[in-house]
Amino acid sequence: MSDNLPRAEELAPIHLDMPASGWMDTPATLEKGMYCHGVQGKNIKALGMPNPRDWLVEDDDWQLPDDWHHIVMEGLRERLHRFRSLQIFMDICVRCGACADKCHFFIGSGDPKNMPVLRAELLRSVYRHDFTMAGRIMGRMVGARKLTKAVIREWWVYFFQCSECRRCSLFCPYGIDTAEITILGRELLNLLGLNIDWIGAAVAKCHQVGNHIGMEPQTFKESIEFLCDDIEENTGVKIEPSINRKGAEILFVTSSGDFYAEPGIFTCMGYLMLFHQLGLDYTWSTYAAEGGNFGFFTSHEVAKLLNAKMYAEAERLGVKFILGGECGHMWRVIHQYMGTMNGPAGFLETPVSPVTGTRFDHAGSTKAVHICEFTSDLVHQNKIKLDPSRNDHLNVTFHDSCNVARGMGLLDEPRYLIKKACNHFYEMPEETIRERTFCCGSGAGLHAGEDMELRMRGGFPRANAVRTVRDRYDVNTLACICAIDRVAFPALMDYWAPEVGVVGIHELLGNALVMDGETERTLDLRGEELPGKSSPADATEETEGA
Amino acid sequence: MGILTALLLVMGLVLVAWIGVQGFGLSYLFGVLIPYTAMIIFFLGVLARLLKWARIPNPFVIPTTGGQQKSLSWIKPSGLDNPFTRGQALGRLFSEIFLFRSLFRNLSPRVALACKNGEQPTLTFASAKWLWLFAILFHYAMFVTVFRHLRFFTNPVPWPVKTAEALDGWLEVGIPEILVSGLVLLLAVTLLLSRRLLMPRLRYISLLNDYFPLFLLMGIAGTGALMRYIVGINAVGAKQLAMGLISFKPVIPEGIGPLFFIHLFLVCTLLAYFPFSKLMHAGGIFFSPTRTMPNNSRAVLHENPWNYPVKFHTYQAYETEFHDKMVEAGIPLDEATPPLNGKD
Repeated sequence: MSDNLPRAEELAPIHLDMPASGWMDTPATLEKGMYCHGVQGKNIKALGMPNPRDWLVEDDDWQLPDDWHHIVMEGLRERLHRFRSLQIFMDICVRCGACADKCHFFIGSGDPKNMPVLRAELLRSVYRHDFTMAGRIMGRMVGARKLTKAVIREWWVYFFQCSECRRCSLFCPYGIDTAEITILGRELLNLLGLNIDWIGAAVAKCHQVGNHIGMEPQTFKESIEFLCDDIEENTGVKIEPSINRKGAEILFVTSSGDFYAEPGIFTCMGYLMLFHQLGLDYTWSTYAAEGGNFGFFTSHEVAKLLNAKMYAEAERLGVKFILGGECGHMWRVIHQYMGTMNGPAGFLETPVSPVTGTRFDHAGSTKAVHICEFTSDLVHQNKIKLDPSRNDHLNVTFHDSCNVARGMGLLDEPRYLIKKACNHFYEMPEETIRERTFCCGSGAGLHAGEDMELRMRGGFPRANAVRTVRDRYDVNTLACICAIDRVAFPALMDYWAPEVGVVGIHELLGNALVMDGETERTLDLRGEELPGKSSPADATEETEGA
Repeated sequence: MGILTALLLVMGLVLVAWIGVQGFGLSYLFGVLIPYTAMIIFFLGVLARLLKWARIPNPFVIPTTGGQQKSLSWIKPSGLDNPFTRGQALGRLFSEIFLFRSLFRNLSPRVALACKNGEQPTLTFASAKWLWLFAILFHYAMFVTVFRHLRFFTNPVPWPVKTAEALDGWLEVGIPEILVSGLVLLLAVTLLLSRRLLMPRLRYISLLNDYFPLFLLMGIAGTGALMRYIVGINAVGAKQLAMGLISFKPVIPEGIGPLFFIHLFLVCTLLAYFPFSKLMHAGGIFFSPTRTMPNNSRAVLHENPWNYPVKFHTYQAYETEFHDKMVEAGIPLDEATPPLNGKD
């Protein structure tokens, strides 16, 4: 964590009162811990994006191109013609205030410009000034203002204090979606070379090397093999993963968080064990290794560019369909964008589970199935054997990831799996789960190190709900199906709700999965002792008792 | 600031109509020319706006999903909050339009600050349906009020209008009988305005554009109530004027009184203001992609009319770069295939 992060007690007094000065008269300030580093020139250049140069956020001069005003205005005009969402959302907001207190960043920071309505007004005010008659004539009186460099700065601050979680959109009577505003606002900023480096660097690496962390093919293979070694040590089962194998039936794609760092790798072990147990004919790809798509946090074009690899690789390898791992925004992109951006995928087939024969008709066009859908079907048809008592040391709660909750609706599958793999499951307060879930505070590319205070503030509502079930039911495990969650939550839990660990669902499943030829499990996937599992006799008793 | 300007503006409008009709005898201007102009602006303005929206494509399928998706056969999908078919999406849209479903979800977070040092605040949520209630009251009252005004524009008055008015007078008190809708309208507008004034967050975000229509509606409902219950006007004359307008044979009957012209002028202002204002949310909701589109993007291909090809990093370029490392690691290669170009 960054050095200057205040302690939880210091952040805790949250005031949602409004300041005395109007928002147009309150310039955006840069507060350490609340923003990310600016994108480096080399990472802008890597994708041939505009205005490559090295710059510092703290500098007064952001080295914008001379015609920056024209670039942004033309960019806005173009997007108003291309996105009905943008035009409608600029035109119909009535400022009823329903969204105001739905944003986790507002609840955690009290900054009025984090109210979704004001975040949109930052852009809408400029739209009014240049694209509406009233705004042109009456100006400020009707909430219109000129685009200045200070406004650009303000956009940059607040469009990178939004995690595109869409919670506000759920409560808006017209469905105005701040994610659209932020996505397109960031697109405009990117026309001037104003990304953050946490996103820009990941995008550049993903473009060239195939994943956000720049893991080269041989290292990718080593990582997977390393996980297989751990599995063998733990279960006695030897797994031979296949990589870049032509003719496999399924291409499996997940987010780099799953094969790169704890605790994601334990989820990855769960996938590997499951696929091995099923004898699935699948392959990994080093070229399209990354399911996550930080391009989506940059612009629609970059999102498409990175996503294109998935279909290209599926076609090259000659697979029948794509199976996708546990990741949030990866699934928003696959579910709502991939077919449109890079389809139709005529070379693939409607996904059919080779184990159960279930046809996934709801994925019949995009031809990509979520692993929780795939596994739920297996469990429902009793194709795998689970011993939930192996997770008895875990009191589990579940965090719905924003993107799959509000951009897809994958709500019951993960719960079904948790209940089958664990004996102790507790829901968080109902206002904070399912479609009303709160973001981890680090989504949309904001899980850098330098903006830790922002992340802790933004994650407060979610962490507070976890804390509630921790105190009420002794919950010690937060399950999630998003790689950014798994990266972001450990720090957030340490901060607001200590002693709660973070797992993916397929880690829980891997723990519980009874594999052919396995030795008696005494350790969980993390190599920690399973309580009461020291001898086979104990294990039987536990199972019967459960 | 915005609120004062809005109030002054509406008071100014009242004065303009009053002085115009009383002082300068411009009843033809206020009774015929302005109403026609306002109606033309309203219809053309709304039409232009709707056409403008309709012409802009929805490049992607972006419904905000509010419930379980349709996936496996044994998992119950939520057809209303996560529509899969067009019919279901229509159902969702109608639940928004007639029931204000999203507003009904409203929750208000309460941060209870820690009492003791070192303790965390707790976040709880209270259901907050006031806005939903005020909004429902306002819109339905508005609808009934407008609907029963049709009796001024029809001869004979069709039975639904008569029935509406009869039902509207269910209280059966007062002479003339009190019509509930008008009073509820006035009350709801007052409540919506009070909300804007009393809630600091709402006051902070409110603009002239938010106060002006509220004062305008107050003026309209207020002058309407004054005419019906207190001052009294020549209702037969008012109907003659309205019928004249609608049949394009405008007449200005004698003795209608300035209050009616003020009422009419405010209505005209509202009509002319409507297409250029946030009031267009009434049409906009039908175009809002997060509420109108079904969530079937994996099942049905959606085309983006402006989709264009992008140059992505091809596998061949990747293999060329990492060739030796891949050989060494024993990862299968693909030299034989011809290069793929960046496909769209």
